[in-house]
Amino acid sequence: MKFADFICFEATVAQLKATNRDDAIKELILSLEKAGKLKKGASKDIIKAIIKRENEASTGMGKGVAIPHVKYKSVKELVGVVGLSSAGIDFFALDKQPVHSVILMISPENDPDKHLITMEHIFKNLQREMFRKFLRQCSRPEHVQDLLNEADEDSSL
Amino acid sequence: MEKQAGEDTLEKVVCEKEVEIKNADGLHMRPAMQFVDIANRFDSDITVSNAETTVDGKSIMQISMLAATCGTKLKIRAEGSDAQQAVNALSELVEQRHFDEPLPG
Repeated sequence: MKFADFICFEATVAQLKATNRDDAIKELILSLEKAGKLKKGASKDIIKAIIKRENEASTGMGKGVAIPHVKYKSVKELVGVVGLSSAGIDFFALDKQPVHSVILMISPENDPDKHLITMEHIFKNLQREMFRKFLRQCSRPEHVQDLLNEADEDSSL
Repeated sequence: MEKQAGEDTLEKVVCEKEVEIKNADGLHMRPAMQFVDIANRFDSDITVSNAETTVDGKSIMQISMLAATCGTKLKIRAEGSDAQQAVNALSELVEQRHFDEPLPG
């Protein structure tokens, strides 16, 4: 599994305008829609579903990162998008700290194993302090793409 | 003084158990949170291993990293005064309660 296999780099939002969790989720979904990754008219539903999931238990795992995600029926391929906020967003994270890096993920309903393998790849990298630091510092979508490609090539990053 | 020195080595129980993931969706984030929640109720150090790696059973990021799919076997290991209780509680969550989630099929 590689970031390049599921992250839509075209939709990266290197500087989120949103200042709160729900708006950040909305901004990222609309960016995916604009990139042509979502079925027409599905965005509203997906936004609602992700916020609902987030209300059940925050995916703000601490250390400034959040991984909002949902399983959604009309999505054929697992797709992810990266959003960054230098100001930080309150994601109701486990450590109560603001979130600077968001990796949002939408998975099809019938492939739980792929969902897990993707999560593994995300967490394997987010675990590393250097990776988190570099990701947070990206100020342009190209930087995000370069960093994630590098992480795919070199697991020591 | 002698007695104090002895307290460090008091009750170093080690307990291990192999469990199998039974819920259809595997060890995704919500089950991982349940696991970490329970693990953190115990004083013992807790690790979880799959075939390749061993991770901290009290860290949500590390447990999520295991990406254990349905059918995966994991080894839970606890070390400390409440090791036995910890392993019992965690294996019950995985195998009996299967994280309160549906089984395959």
